[in-house]
Amino acid sequence: MLALEKVHTHYGPIEALKGVSLNVEKGEIVTLIGANGAGKSTLLMTVCGDPRASSGTITWKNEDITQTETAKIMRSGLAVVPEGRRVFSAMTVEENLAMGGFFNNTNYDERMEHVLELFPRLKERFSQRAGTMSGGEQQMLAIGRALMSNPELLILDEPSLGLAPIIINQIFEIIEMLRGEGTTIFLVEQNANQALRLADRGYVLEHGKIVLEDTGQNLLVNEDVRKAYLGG
Amino acid sequence: MSDSIYYFIQQIANGLTIGSTYALIAIGYTMVYGIIGMINFAHGEVYMIGTYISFIVLAGLTMLGFDNVFIMVGLAMMVSIMIASAYGFTIEKVAYKPLRSSKRLIALISAIGMSIFLQNYIRLAQGSRDIAMPSLIQGGFLLGDPDGSHILISYMQVIIIVTTIICMAGLTLFISRSRMGRACRASAQDIGMTNLLGINSNNVIATTFIIGASLAAVAGTLLGMYYGVVNPYVGFIAGLKAFTAAVLGGIGSIPGAMLGGLLLGVSESLTAGYFTAEYKDVVAFSLLILILLFMPQGILGKPEVEKI
Repeated sequence: MLALEKVHTHYGPIEALKGVSLNVEKGEIVTLIGANGAGKSTLLMTVCGDPRASSGTITWKNEDITQTETAKIMRSGLAVVPEGRRVFSAMTVEENLAMGGFFNNTNYDERMEHVLELFPRLKERFSQRAGTMSGGEQQMLAIGRALMSNPELLILDEPSLGLAPIIINQIFEIIEMLRGEGTTIFLVEQNANQALRLADRGYVLEHGKIVLEDTGQNLLVNEDVRKAYLGG
Repeated sequence: MSDSIYYFIQQIANGLTIGSTYALIAIGYTMVYGIIGMINFAHGEVYMIGTYISFIVLAGLTMLGFDNVFIMVGLAMMVSIMIASAYGFTIEKVAYKPLRSSKRLIALISAIGMSIFLQNYIRLAQGSRDIAMPSLIQGGFLLGDPDGSHILISYMQVIIIVTTIICMAGLTLFISRSRMGRACRASAQDIGMTNLLGINSNNVIATTFIIGASLAAVAGTLLGMYYGVVNPYVGFIAGLKAFTAAVLGGIGSIPGAMLGGLLLGVSESLTAGYFTAEYKDVVAFSLLILILLFMPQGILGKPEVEKI
Protein backbone atom coordinates (compact mmCIF):
# COMPACT_ATOMS: atom_id res chain seq x y z
CA MET A 1 0.00 0.00 0.00
CA LEU A 2 2.81 2.37 0.98
CA ALA A 3 6.26 1.83 -0.42
CA LEU A 4 9.46 3.79 -0.06
CA GLU A 5 12.31 3.16 -2.42
CA LYS A 6 15.83 4.48 -1.81
CA VAL A 7 14.51 7.59 -0.12
CA HIS A 8 17.03 10.24 0.90
CA THR A 9 16.07 13.26 2.96
CA HIS A 10 18.27 16.21 3.81
CA TYR A 11 18.03 18.93 6.41
CA GLY A 12 20.33 21.46 4.82
CA PRO A 13 23.73 19.76 4.59
CA ILE A 14 22.72 16.94 6.96
CA GLU A 15 21.54 13.74 5.37
CA ALA A 16 18.92 12.34 7.74
CA LEU A 17 17.76 9.44 5.57
CA LYS A 18 20.31 7.58 3.49
CA GLY A 19 18.40 5.52 1.00
CA VAL A 20 15.56 3.97 2.95
CA SER A 21 13.39 1.31 1.32
CA LEU A 22 10.41 -0.18 3.09
CA ASN A 23 6.80 -1.07 2.55
CA VAL A 24 3.56 -1.22 4.50
CA GLU A 25 0.80 -3.54 3.31
CA LYS A 26 -2.92 -3.17 3.82
CA GLY A 27 -4.14 -4.23 7.27
CA GLU A 28 -0.67 -4.48 8.79
CA ILE A 29 0.83 -2.87 11.83
CA VAL A 30 4.37 -1.98 10.90
CA THR A 31 6.71 -0.50 13.45
CA LEU A 32 9.92 1.35 13.10
CA ILE A 33 12.40 1.25 15.96
CA GLY A 34 15.72 2.93 16.40
CA ALA A 35 17.73 5.18 18.68
CA ASN A 36 17.10 8.86 19.16
CA GLY A 37 18.26 10.73 16.09
CA ALA A 38 18.24 7.66 13.85
CA GLY A 39 15.76 9.43 11.56
CA LYS A 40 12.51 7.75 12.57
CA SER A 41 10.43 10.90 12.72
CA THR A 42 12.08 12.22 9.59
CA LEU A 43 11.05 9.06 7.78
CA LEU A 44 7.41 9.40 8.82
CA MET A 45 7.27 13.07 7.98
CA THR A 46 8.95 12.50 4.63
CA VAL A 47 6.01 10.24 3.74
CA CYS A 48 3.78 13.27 4.43
CA GLY A 49 5.98 15.46 2.22
CA ASP A 50 7.28 17.62 5.08
CA PRO A 51 10.29 17.62 4.71
CA ARG A 52 10.40 16.57 1.10
CA ALA A 53 12.54 13.62 -0.01
CA SER A 54 15.58 14.78 -1.94
CA SER A 55 15.69 11.59 -4.01
CA GLY A 56 14.02 8.20 -4.26
CA THR A 57 10.32 7.49 -4.69
CA ILE A 58 7.40 7.18 -2.32
CA THR A 59 4.42 5.28 -3.65
CA TRP A 60 1.03 5.37 -1.99
CA LYS A 61 -1.85 3.32 -3.40
CA ASN A 62 0.07 2.87 -6.66
CA GLU A 63 0.65 6.57 -7.08
CA ASP A 64 3.94 8.40 -6.88
CA ILE A 65 3.52 11.01 -4.14
CA THR A 66 7.17 12.00 -3.77
CA GLN A 67 6.53 15.51 -5.07
CA THR A 68 2.85 15.88 -4.15
CA GLU A 69 2.08 18.76 -1.81
CA THR A 70 1.51 17.85 1.82
CA ALA A 71 -2.13 18.91 2.08
CA LYS A 72 -2.98 16.83 -0.99
CA ILE A 73 -1.18 13.75 0.33
CA MET A 74 -3.04 14.09 3.60
CA ARG A 75 -6.36 14.21 1.76
CA SER A 76 -5.71 10.90 0.04
CA GLY A 77 -6.40 8.60 3.00
CA LEU A 78 -3.35 9.15 5.16
CA ALA A 79 -3.43 10.67 8.62
CA VAL A 80 -0.64 11.46 11.02
CA VAL A 81 -0.31 11.82 14.78
CA PRO A 82 2.89 13.82 14.86
CA GLU A 83 5.61 13.90 17.44
CA GLY A 84 4.66 16.17 20.32
CA ARG A 85 0.95 15.72 19.50
CA ARG A 86 0.55 19.27 18.18
CA VAL A 87 -3.06 19.68 19.25
CA PHE A 88 -4.51 23.17 18.84
CA SER A 89 -4.25 24.17 22.48
CA ALA A 90 -6.35 27.31 22.29
CA MET A 91 -9.22 25.43 20.67
CA THR A 92 -11.74 23.11 22.28
CA VAL A 93 -11.68 19.34 21.95
CA GLU A 94 -14.67 19.54 19.63
CA GLU A 95 -12.94 22.09 17.40
CA ASN A 96 -9.76 20.04 17.31
CA LEU A 97 -11.70 17.01 16.16
CA ALA A 98 -13.55 19.12 13.63
CA MET A 99 -10.20 20.22 12.19
CA GLY A 100 -9.35 16.57 11.66
CA GLY A 101 -12.52 16.08 9.66
CA PHE A 102 -12.10 19.37 7.83
CA PHE A 103 -11.97 18.25 4.23
CA ASN A 104 -14.05 15.11 4.53
CA ASN A 105 -17.67 15.91 5.31
CA THR A 106 -19.24 12.54 4.63
CA ASN A 107 -20.45 10.72 7.73
CA TYR A 108 -19.04 13.48 9.89
CA ASP A 109 -21.40 12.79 12.79
CA GLU A 110 -20.82 9.06 12.64
CA ARG A 111 -17.08 9.45 12.76
CA MET A 112 -17.32 11.94 15.60
CA GLU A 113 -19.42 9.46 17.52
CA HIS A 114 -16.96 6.67 16.78
CA VAL A 115 -13.99 8.69 18.01
CA LEU A 116 -15.86 9.60 21.19
CA GLU A 117 -16.66 5.94 21.71
CA LEU A 118 -12.99 5.03 21.39
CA PHE A 119 -12.02 7.83 23.75
CA PRO A 120 -14.81 8.41 26.29
CA ARG A 121 -12.45 10.84 27.99
CA LEU A 122 -12.73 13.21 25.05
CA LYS A 123 -16.49 13.18 25.41
CA GLU A 124 -16.16 14.36 29.00
CA ARG A 125 -13.84 17.14 27.90
CA PHE A 126 -15.74 17.96 24.74
CA SER A 127 -15.92 21.73 25.19
CA GLN A 128 -12.71 22.14 27.15
CA ARG A 129 -9.66 23.79 25.68
CA ALA A 130 -7.11 21.23 24.53
CA GLY A 131 -4.23 23.12 26.16
CA THR A 132 -5.72 22.61 29.62
CA MET A 133 -5.78 18.81 29.35
CA SER A 134 -3.18 16.33 30.53
CA GLY A 135 -0.57 14.85 28.22
CA GLY A 136 -2.44 11.56 27.93
CA GLU A 137 -5.69 13.30 27.06
CA GLN A 138 -3.91 15.42 24.49
CA GLN A 139 -2.45 12.28 22.95
CA MET A 140 -5.92 10.76 22.74
CA LEU A 141 -7.12 13.96 21.12
CA ALA A 142 -4.30 13.87 18.59
CA ILE A 143 -5.21 10.29 17.67
CA GLY A 144 -8.92 11.11 17.60
CA ARG A 145 -8.25 14.09 15.38
CA ALA A 146 -6.32 11.92 12.94
CA LEU A 147 -9.13 9.36 12.91
CA MET A 148 -11.68 12.05 12.02
CA SER A 149 -10.48 11.94 8.43
CA ASN A 150 -11.27 8.22 8.30
CA PRO A 151 -7.75 7.24 7.21
CA GLU A 152 -6.73 4.02 5.50
CA LEU A 153 -3.22 4.43 6.89
CA LEU A 154 -2.60 5.92 10.30
CA ILE A 155 0.91 7.14 10.99
CA LEU A 156 1.79 7.39 14.68
CA ASP A 157 4.96 9.09 15.88
CA GLU A 158 5.88 8.10 19.43
CA PRO A 159 2.35 8.03 20.82
CA SER A 160 3.56 6.82 24.23
CA LEU A 161 6.22 9.49 24.74
CA GLY A 162 6.07 11.06 28.18
CA LEU A 163 2.93 9.25 29.28
CA ALA A 164 2.15 7.23 32.41
CA PRO A 165 2.31 3.43 31.94
CA ILE A 166 -1.42 3.02 32.44
CA ILE A 167 -2.14 5.54 29.69
CA ILE A 168 0.43 3.88 27.43
CA ASN A 169 -1.44 0.58 27.82
CA GLN A 170 -4.68 2.30 26.89
CA ILE A 171 -3.10 3.80 23.80
CA PHE A 172 -1.75 0.43 22.69
CA GLU A 173 -5.17 -1.12 23.24
CA ILE A 174 -6.68 1.52 21.00
CA ILE A 175 -4.09 0.80 18.32
CA GLU A 176 -5.00 -2.86 18.46
CA MET A 177 -8.69 -2.01 18.19
CA LEU A 178 -8.01 0.14 15.16
CA ARG A 179 -6.24 -2.76 13.49
CA GLY A 180 -9.33 -4.83 14.17
CA GLU A 181 -11.33 -2.25 12.25
CA GLY A 182 -9.05 -2.64 9.26
CA THR A 183 -6.92 0.49 9.63
CA THR A 184 -3.35 0.03 8.52
CA ILE A 185 -0.87 1.39 11.04
CA PHE A 186 2.67 2.63 10.69
CA LEU A 187 4.10 3.18 14.14
CA VAL A 188 7.26 4.73 15.43
CA GLU A 189 7.99 3.92 19.04
CA GLN A 190 10.76 4.33 21.57
CA ASN A 191 8.85 1.78 23.63
CA ALA A 192 10.23 -0.97 21.35
CA ASN A 193 9.14 -3.87 23.52
CA GLN A 194 5.47 -3.05 23.45
CA ALA A 195 5.54 -1.92 19.84
CA LEU A 196 7.16 -5.11 18.56
CA ARG A 197 4.74 -7.29 20.47
CA LEU A 198 1.88 -5.57 18.69
CA ALA A 199 3.44 -5.29 15.26
CA ASP A 200 3.19 -7.69 12.34
CA ARG A 201 6.51 -6.51 11.02
CA GLY A 202 9.24 -4.22 12.16
CA TYR A 203 12.16 -2.28 10.74
CA VAL A 204 15.25 -1.18 12.61
CA LEU A 205 16.62 2.19 11.59
CA GLU A 206 20.19 3.18 12.38
CA HIS A 207 21.83 6.41 11.26
CA GLY A 208 19.30 6.92 8.49
CA LYS A 209 19.53 3.38 7.14
CA ILE A 210 17.36 0.30 7.54
CA VAL A 211 19.63 -2.33 9.08
CA LEU A 212 17.11 -5.04 9.84
CA GLU A 213 13.69 -6.12 8.77
CA ASP A 214 11.69 -9.00 10.23
CA THR A 215 8.40 -9.97 11.85
CA GLY A 216 7.67 -8.39 15.20
CA GLN A 217 8.08 -11.74 16.98
CA ASN A 218 11.48 -12.43 15.46
CA LEU A 219 12.77 -8.97 16.23
CA LEU A 220 11.69 -9.37 19.83
CA VAL A 221 13.97 -12.35 20.25
CA ASN A 222 16.77 -11.08 18.03
CA GLU A 223 20.03 -10.81 20.04
CA ASP A 224 21.22 -7.53 18.54
CA VAL A 225 17.84 -5.89 18.84
CA ARG A 226 17.50 -7.03 22.44
CA LYS A 227 20.88 -5.59 23.29
CA ALA A 228 20.43 -2.30 21.53
CA TYR A 229 16.76 -1.46 22.08
CA LEU A 230 15.15 -3.75 24.59
CA GLY A 231 17.57 -3.36 27.45
CA GLY A 232 19.33 -6.74 27.09
CA MET B 1 -23.72 69.36 33.59
CA SER B 2 -20.65 71.45 33.57
CA ASP B 3 -18.71 72.54 30.53
CA SER B 4 -15.76 70.32 31.19
CA ILE B 5 -17.80 67.12 31.22
CA TYR B 6 -19.39 67.95 27.89
CA TYR B 7 -15.95 68.65 26.51
CA PHE B 8 -14.57 65.40 27.86
CA ILE B 9 -17.41 63.34 26.39
CA GLN B 10 -16.95 65.09 23.06
CA GLN B 11 -13.26 64.11 23.04
CA ILE B 12 -14.10 60.51 23.89
CA ALA B 13 -16.65 60.37 21.08
CA ASN B 14 -14.14 61.77 18.60
CA GLY B 15 -11.55 59.32 19.85
CA LEU B 16 -13.84 56.33 19.48
CA THR B 17 -14.63 57.39 15.91
CA ILE B 18 -11.01 57.49 14.82
CA GLY B 19 -10.18 54.52 17.02
CA SER B 20 -12.82 52.39 15.28
CA THR B 21 -11.15 52.92 11.94
CA TYR B 22 -7.71 52.16 13.41
CA ALA B 23 -9.19 48.95 14.77
CA LEU B 24 -10.57 48.01 11.35
CA ILE B 25 -7.18 48.48 9.72
CA ALA B 26 -5.34 46.84 12.62
CA ILE B 27 -7.26 43.58 12.07
CA GLY B 28 -5.39 43.15 8.78
CA TYR B 29 -2.01 43.46 10.47
CA THR B 30 -2.84 41.22 13.35
CA MET B 31 -4.46 38.39 11.37
CA VAL B 32 -1.65 38.19 8.85
CA TYR B 33 0.92 38.31 11.62
CA GLY B 34 -0.97 35.64 13.52
CA ILE B 35 -0.79 33.23 10.61
CA ILE B 36 2.43 33.83 8.73
CA GLY B 37 4.33 35.80 11.35
CA MET B 38 5.13 38.79 9.19
CA ILE B 39 4.11 42.43 9.23
CA ASN B 40 2.36 43.30 5.99
CA PHE B 41 3.71 46.81 5.60
CA ALA B 42 1.76 47.28 2.37
CA HIS B 43 -1.49 47.08 4.32
CA GLY B 44 -1.71 50.86 4.82
CA GLU B 45 -1.55 51.21 1.03
CA VAL B 46 -4.51 48.87 0.64
CA TYR B 47 -6.43 51.19 2.93
CA MET B 48 -5.36 54.18 0.81
CA ILE B 49 -6.44 52.42 -2.39
CA GLY B 50 -9.76 51.61 -0.74
CA THR B 51 -10.27 55.32 -0.06
CA TYR B 52 -9.47 56.26 -3.66
CA ILE B 53 -11.84 53.67 -5.05
CA SER B 54 -14.74 54.78 -2.91
CA PHE B 55 -14.06 58.42 -3.86
CA ILE B 56 -14.08 57.47 -7.53
CA VAL B 57 -17.29 55.51 -7.17
CA LEU B 58 -18.95 58.29 -5.18
CA ALA B 59 -17.91 60.88 -7.76
CA GLY B 60 -19.16 58.64 -10.56
CA LEU B 61 -22.51 58.08 -8.89
CA THR B 62 -22.90 61.80 -8.23
CA MET B 63 -22.27 62.51 -11.91
CA LEU B 64 -24.86 59.93 -12.86
CA GLY B 65 -27.33 61.86 -10.74
CA PHE B 66 -27.80 59.51 -7.82
CA ASP B 67 -29.10 61.26 -4.76
CA ASN B 68 -29.76 58.54 -2.21
CA VAL B 69 -26.74 58.89 0.05
CA PHE B 70 -27.08 55.47 1.64
CA ILE B 71 -27.17 53.62 -1.67
CA MET B 72 -24.19 55.65 -2.87
CA VAL B 73 -22.09 54.98 0.21
CA GLY B 74 -23.13 51.34 0.27
CA LEU B 75 -22.18 50.87 -3.37
CA ALA B 76 -18.90 52.73 -2.91
CA MET B 77 -18.05 50.54 0.04
CA MET B 78 -18.88 47.34 -1.82
CA VAL B 79 -16.83 48.21 -4.89
CA SER B 80 -14.02 49.35 -2.64
CA ILE B 81 -14.10 46.08 -0.70
CA MET B 82 -14.01 44.02 -3.89
CA ILE B 83 -11.12 45.85 -5.50
CA ALA B 84 -9.12 46.18 -2.27
CA SER B 85 -9.53 42.43 -1.64
CA ALA B 86 -8.19 41.77 -5.10
CA TYR B 87 -5.21 43.95 -4.22
CA GLY B 88 -4.70 42.17 -0.89
CA PHE B 89 -4.89 38.78 -2.57
CA THR B 90 -2.50 39.78 -5.34
CA ILE B 91 0.01 41.42 -3.01
CA GLU B 92 0.30 38.18 -1.09
CA LYS B 93 0.69 36.07 -4.22
CA VAL B 94 3.24 38.38 -5.84
CA ALA B 95 5.30 39.72 -2.97
CA TYR B 96 5.06 37.25 -0.09
CA LYS B 97 4.21 33.77 -1.27
CA PRO B 98 7.45 33.22 -3.21
CA LEU B 99 9.37 34.26 -0.09
CA ARG B 100 7.47 32.19 2.43
CA SER B 101 10.30 29.81 3.19
CA SER B 102 12.97 32.49 3.29
CA LYS B 103 14.07 34.56 6.26
CA ARG B 104 11.56 36.94 7.83
CA LEU B 105 13.63 39.99 7.07
CA ILE B 106 13.48 39.30 3.35
CA ALA B 107 9.68 39.16 3.34
CA LEU B 108 9.62 42.34 5.39
CA ILE B 109 11.73 44.16 2.82
CA SER B 110 9.48 42.84 0.09
CA ALA B 111 6.53 44.29 2.02
CA ILE B 112 8.18 47.70 2.26
CA GLY B 113 8.98 47.53 -1.45
CA MET B 114 5.37 46.69 -2.20
CA SER B 115 4.26 49.64 -0.10
CA ILE B 116 6.52 52.06 -1.98
CA PHE B 117 5.44 50.60 -5.30
CA LEU B 118 1.71 50.99 -4.55
CA GLN B 119 2.17 54.52 -3.25
CA ASN B 120 3.95 55.61 -6.40
CA TYR B 121 1.62 53.72 -8.67
CA ILE B 122 -1.35 55.61 -7.22
CA ARG B 123 0.62 58.84 -7.33
CA LEU B 124 1.20 58.34 -11.06
CA ALA B 125 -2.36 57.28 -11.74
CA GLN B 126 -4.18 59.82 -9.56
CA GLY B 127 -1.68 62.62 -9.02
CA SER B 128 -0.02 63.50 -5.75
CA ARG B 129 -2.31 66.35 -4.80
CA ASP B 130 -5.11 66.07 -2.29
CA ILE B 131 -8.40 65.00 -3.77
CA ALA B 132 -11.33 66.43 -1.90
CA MET B 133 -14.81 65.06 -1.60
CA PRO B 134 -17.73 67.23 -0.49
CA SER B 135 -19.27 65.74 2.60
CA LEU B 136 -22.34 63.77 1.65
CA ILE B 137 -23.59 63.18 5.14
CA GLN B 138 -24.05 66.32 7.17
CA GLY B 139 -25.54 67.19 10.49
CA GLY B 140 -25.59 65.25 13.71
CA PHE B 141 -27.00 64.81 17.14
CA LEU B 142 -26.71 67.76 19.45
CA LEU B 143 -26.85 67.32 23.20
CA GLY B 144 -27.00 70.34 25.47
CA ASP B 145 -27.36 73.98 24.69
CA PRO B 146 -26.57 74.77 21.02
CA ASP B 147 -25.27 78.21 21.96
CA GLY B 148 -23.46 77.17 25.10
CA SER B 149 -21.83 73.96 26.18
CA HIS B 150 -22.90 70.98 24.11
CA ILE B 151 -21.82 67.70 22.59
CA LEU B 152 -22.06 67.31 18.84
CA ILE B 153 -21.90 63.80 17.45
CA SER B 154 -22.15 63.94 13.68
CA TYR B 155 -24.14 61.37 11.71
CA MET B 156 -20.87 60.44 10.03
CA GLN B 157 -19.37 59.57 13.42
CA VAL B 158 -22.40 57.45 14.23
CA ILE B 159 -22.12 55.69 10.88
CA ILE B 160 -18.42 54.99 11.45
CA ILE B 161 -18.96 53.54 14.89
CA VAL B 162 -22.02 51.48 13.90
CA THR B 163 -20.37 50.12 10.75
CA THR B 164 -17.29 49.16 12.75
CA ILE B 165 -19.41 47.35 15.33
CA ILE B 166 -21.19 45.43 12.56
CA CYS B 167 -17.89 44.48 10.90
CA MET B 168 -16.33 43.39 14.17
CA ALA B 169 -19.36 41.33 15.13
CA GLY B 170 -19.36 39.71 11.71
CA LEU B 171 -15.64 38.97 11.92
CA THR B 172 -15.96 37.53 15.42
CA LEU B 173 -18.77 35.26 14.27
CA PHE B 174 -16.79 34.19 11.22
CA ILE B 175 -13.67 33.42 13.24
CA SER B 176 -15.43 31.61 16.06
CA ARG B 177 -18.14 29.72 14.18
CA SER B 178 -17.32 29.14 10.54
CA ARG B 179 -15.25 26.31 9.15
CA MET B 180 -12.76 28.64 7.50
CA GLY B 181 -12.58 30.77 10.66
CA ARG B 182 -11.69 27.69 12.64
CA ALA B 183 -9.02 26.84 10.11
CA CYS B 184 -7.65 30.38 10.49
CA ARG B 185 -7.39 29.99 14.25
CA ALA B 186 -5.77 26.58 13.93
CA SER B 187 -3.30 27.91 11.36
CA ALA B 188 -2.41 30.80 13.63
CA GLN B 189 -1.29 28.26 16.17
CA ASP B 190 0.40 25.67 13.97
CA ILE B 191 0.17 26.12 10.24
CA GLY B 192 2.30 23.05 9.61
CA MET B 193 -0.18 20.90 11.50
CA THR B 194 -3.20 22.25 9.61
CA ASN B 195 -1.32 21.33 6.47
CA LEU B 196 -0.84 17.82 7.88
CA LEU B 197 -4.61 17.62 8.33
CA GLY B 198 -5.07 18.13 4.62
CA ILE B 199 -5.96 21.81 4.80
CA ASN B 200 -4.36 23.87 2.08
CA SER B 201 -2.54 26.61 3.93
CA ASN B 202 -2.43 28.77 0.81
CA ASN B 203 -6.21 29.12 0.97
CA VAL B 204 -6.12 30.03 4.63
CA ILE B 205 -3.43 32.65 4.05
CA ALA B 206 -5.28 34.09 1.05
CA THR B 207 -8.45 34.31 3.17
CA THR B 208 -6.71 36.33 5.88
CA PHE B 209 -5.33 38.76 3.31
CA ILE B 210 -8.78 39.16 1.77
CA ILE B 211 -10.45 39.77 5.14
CA GLY B 212 -7.77 42.26 6.16
CA ALA B 213 -8.04 44.14 2.86
CA SER B 214 -11.85 44.21 3.03
CA LEU B 215 -11.84 45.74 6.49
CA ALA B 216 -9.18 48.24 5.39
CA ALA B 217 -11.43 49.20 2.47
CA VAL B 218 -14.34 49.76 4.85
CA ALA B 219 -12.09 51.93 6.99
CA GLY B 220 -10.88 53.76 3.87
CA THR B 221 -14.40 54.55 2.73
CA LEU B 222 -15.49 55.74 6.17
CA LEU B 223 -12.41 57.72 7.10
CA GLY B 224 -12.17 59.21 3.60
CA MET B 225 -15.69 60.56 3.93
CA TYR B 226 -15.03 61.73 7.47
CA TYR B 227 -11.94 63.72 6.54
CA GLY B 228 -13.22 64.51 3.04
CA VAL B 229 -9.77 64.32 1.52
CA VAL B 230 -7.32 61.71 0.23
CA ASN B 231 -3.81 61.67 -1.22
CA PRO B 232 -1.41 58.83 -2.05
CA TYR B 233 0.36 59.21 1.28
CA VAL B 234 -2.52 58.72 3.70
CA GLY B 235 -1.85 55.00 3.82
CA PHE B 236 1.55 55.43 5.39
CA ILE B 237 0.46 57.23 8.53
CA ALA B 238 -2.83 55.33 8.88
CA GLY B 239 -0.92 52.08 8.46
CA LEU B 240 1.56 53.04 11.16
CA LYS B 241 -1.23 54.03 13.52
CA ALA B 242 -3.09 50.78 12.92
CA PHE B 243 0.13 48.83 13.36
CA THR B 244 0.61 50.63 16.68
CA ALA B 245 -2.93 49.69 17.63
CA ALA B 246 -2.27 46.05 16.75
CA VAL B 247 0.93 45.98 18.83
CA LEU B 248 -0.77 47.81 21.70
CA GLY B 249 -3.55 45.24 21.85
CA GLY B 250 -1.18 42.32 21.33
CA ILE B 251 -0.18 41.42 17.79
CA GLY B 252 -1.88 38.23 16.64
CA SER B 253 -4.93 38.82 18.81
CA ILE B 254 -8.10 39.98 17.07
CA PRO B 255 -9.86 41.32 20.20
CA GLY B 256 -6.52 42.96 20.98
CA ALA B 257 -6.55 44.83 17.67
CA MET B 258 -10.06 46.09 18.39
CA LEU B 259 -9.13 47.24 21.88
CA GLY B 260 -5.80 48.69 20.77
CA GLY B 261 -7.48 50.73 18.03
CA LEU B 262 -10.02 52.24 20.40
CA LEU B 263 -7.41 52.99 23.07
CA LEU B 264 -5.12 54.63 20.56
CA GLY B 265 -7.95 56.71 19.08
CA VAL B 266 -9.10 57.91 22.50
CA SER B 267 -5.60 58.74 23.73
CA GLU B 268 -4.96 60.70 20.53
CA SER B 269 -8.14 62.71 20.83
CA LEU B 270 -7.57 63.39 24.52
CA THR B 271 -4.11 64.70 23.67
CA ALA B 272 -5.53 66.86 20.92
CA GLY B 273 -8.31 68.07 23.21
CA TYR B 274 -6.31 68.88 26.32
CA PHE B 275 -2.85 69.71 25.00
CA THR B 276 -2.41 70.41 21.36
CA ALA B 277 -3.34 68.54 18.20
CA GLU B 278 0.28 68.61 17.03
CA TYR B 279 1.21 66.25 19.82
CA LYS B 280 -1.25 63.48 19.04
CA ASP B 281 1.15 61.59 16.78
CA VAL B 282 3.89 62.02 19.37
CA VAL B 283 1.65 60.40 21.95
CA ALA B 284 0.62 57.59 19.60
CA PHE B 285 4.16 56.62 18.73
CA SER B 286 5.50 57.14 22.25
CA LEU B 287 2.86 54.66 23.26
CA LEU B 288 4.23 52.23 20.65
CA ILE B 289 7.77 52.62 21.99
CA LEU B 290 6.66 52.19 25.59
CA ILE B 291 4.64 49.11 24.77
CA LEU B 292 7.52 47.56 22.85
CA LEU B 293 9.89 48.29 25.72
CA PHE B 294 7.82 47.20 28.68
CA MET B 295 5.02 44.99 27.40
CA PRO B 296 6.01 43.57 24.03
CA GLN B 297 3.20 41.02 24.09
CA GLY B 298 0.62 43.84 24.27
CA ILE B 299 -2.52 44.01 26.36
CA LEU B 300 -4.28 40.86 25.16
CA GLY B 301 -1.41 39.09 23.47
CA LYS B 302 -0.06 35.85 24.81
CA PRO B 303 3.55 35.61 25.87
CA GLU B 304 5.31 33.08 23.69
CA VAL B 305 5.24 30.08 25.99
CA GLU B 306 4.22 26.61 24.89
CA LYS B 307 2.81 24.08 27.28
CA ILE B 308 4.17 20.66 26.58
